[in-house]
Amino acid sequence: MTTAETSAAPAEDTAPARNRPPRWWLLLGRDRAAAVAAVVLTSVVLVALFGRLFIGDRAQRQDLDASLRPPSLGDGVYGLLGTDVLGRSVLARLIDAAATTLSVAVPAVLCSLLIGSAVGLWAGYHGGRRESVAMRVADVILSFPSLLIAVVVLYVLSPSALNIVLILAVARIPVYLRTSRAEAAELRSRLFVDAARTFGTPGRHIIHRHILPIALPTLLTVATLDFCFVMLTESSLSFLGIGIQPPDVSWGLMVAQGRQYLQTAWWITVLPGLAIVLTTVSATVLAAWARIATDPAQRWRLTLPRKRRGASAAVPPEMTP
Amino acid sequence: MVPFLRKRILSSAVPLVCVVLGVFFLARMTGNPVDLYLPLSATAEQRAEFSAAQGFDLSVPAQLWNYLVDAAQLDFGTSLRTGQSATEMVFDAFPVTLQLAGVTMLLAITGAVLIGSLAAYRPNSAVDRIASLLSMTAASIPDFWFAVMGVLVFGVSLAWLPTSGTLGGPEVWVLPVATLLIRPFGVLVQVVRGSMVSALSAPYVKIARSKGATPRRVIFGHALRNAVTPVLTVAGDLTVGLVNGAVIVETIFGWPGIGKLMIDSILQRDFAVLQAAVLLTAVTIFALNILVDVCHALTDPRVRQAVPA
Repeated sequence: MTTAETSAAPAEDTAPARNRPPRWWLLLGRDRAAAVAAVVLTSVVLVALFGRLFIGDRAQRQDLDASLRPPSLGDGVYGLLGTDVLGRSVLARLIDAAATTLSVAVPAVLCSLLIGSAVGLWAGYHGGRRESVAMRVADVILSFPSLLIAVVVLYVLSPSALNIVLILAVARIPVYLRTSRAEAAELRSRLFVDAARTFGTPGRHIIHRHILPIALPTLLTVATLDFCFVMLTESSLSFLGIGIQPPDVSWGLMVAQGRQYLQTAWWITVLPGLAIVLTTVSATVLAAWARIATDPAQRWRLTLPRKRRGASAAVPPEMTP
Repeated sequence: MVPFLRKRILSSAVPLVCVVLGVFFLARMTGNPVDLYLPLSATAEQRAEFSAAQGFDLSVPAQLWNYLVDAAQLDFGTSLRTGQSATEMVFDAFPVTLQLAGVTMLLAITGAVLIGSLAAYRPNSAVDRIASLLSMTAASIPDFWFAVMGVLVFGVSLAWLPTSGTLGGPEVWVLPVATLLIRPFGVLVQVVRGSMVSALSAPYVKIARSKGATPRRVIFGHALRNAVTPVLTVAGDLTVGLVNGAVIVETIFGWPGIGKLMIDSILQRDFAVLQAAVLLTAVTIFALNILVDVCHALTDPRVRQAVPA
């Protein structure tokens, strides 16, 4: 979720020069777990973006003589993590799968974030019938297990990466819709919104200029957390055989493919699962950090030196616990 | 209380109807079951006869009308796969999932309340950090991978637990329940912790402490009761999500529950069973949402009073 971070940074830059919040990377440095998580996520994104340039066709190249080789240091880089039953390098497949997995999860999260928050802010700001219709639609989508909807729809539409993105995006829209509606409904009665309205600012400008900047940090945090959910659902679908289809490969599909060799070749199943866990745990840790870092009332937890020594702790008196 | 209930029931019925209609039309779009159930060599007459017997030759609105009329008489048709009544199949499978989900949510809520409160009592302490990291990890592990790893370690390598099936003593429950448990448990610990931290910093907690209440009384007697609302909401949503987990768990461990029944019915175009299973799931979720709302109203007087406005 480096995209979320980089787009969060300019939002902070627009704050008034006085009393400006500390730079986000300084806040990141204060929280060791979050820093590690950011490094892991950045490397996953880099591998997904550029990994395919290096591995060539290694992810698909079969070598039946090298079938089911355990991880070893002797077989060159591509033998490092062992091979599967067709002798394909597990490392190369993991890299290839990283790109597939992210190319489903990231567009799905972005689509639902954009649509969900646009509709949610609009509904929350205007209130009334628009609000209740939007909420009812969200209830309908949320009141049913997403995996089952995905299974039915993918069976109708045939499982392609694009369809998975569409379904996951639709299934997750209510999450942003509810969050942004709640924020907008709370903000619309604030004084600065009233002031903007008295000056005749049209509704969409108020939403864009006055409400969105305040709701954005929350929405980005939700998106980071939701990235996990989307990734997990995609891998579950692929695991059930209705997600990513061979010859493409995703981490969930790799777990499914390795399952029948579980007793003889654990590495085919264990490693892609570990890749999923590393990525999703990092996103969760980073979301928890972002929630604190973007909340002015809680930010002192990150700016305050660990043992509160030295004069650098310029914390407002009411914030010292 | 009664106007509150009536309002909630009416507004929750809309999603129920949408889901049932949606699945009816989507299932019709997955292709003609005639192609799947008759051999390739079947003559045109045989195909027409099969279609007529199952009612697939009618237009989709006519099929829907027949379905609604039959459903009103509690007749959900027969399975194309087994010839059994769909109602019977669904009610055979339902208790399995219900037990699984019930045990899971009971353990998840109890465990999460204990650990979450403990973590919230001293924010940023070692207990809090460990609990937070563990719960974040638990909430982010793919359940199918967790199940496969459980089978590998405890089923195959150590041979302590059976790898699949429902026959046997309590040990057959361990892996399926553990697999279903991790995600709700992880999420709930974080929610309990979050809402307990804010409840424990409220003025009434200071007063309770200053008059000499024990930590146990402060946590469970004062703070928890006020922190329970968000926990209830999330627990309700997570229970809906358990159906997702049930599909995975029942497929991996071979449990004859409603999740496996639905997946099998979709893959084999067994419309009658799919619709009956979806309807029963939707009704259960509907009842669950009402139950959560009633619990809200019982624990928080403001919710009850807010309705007429």
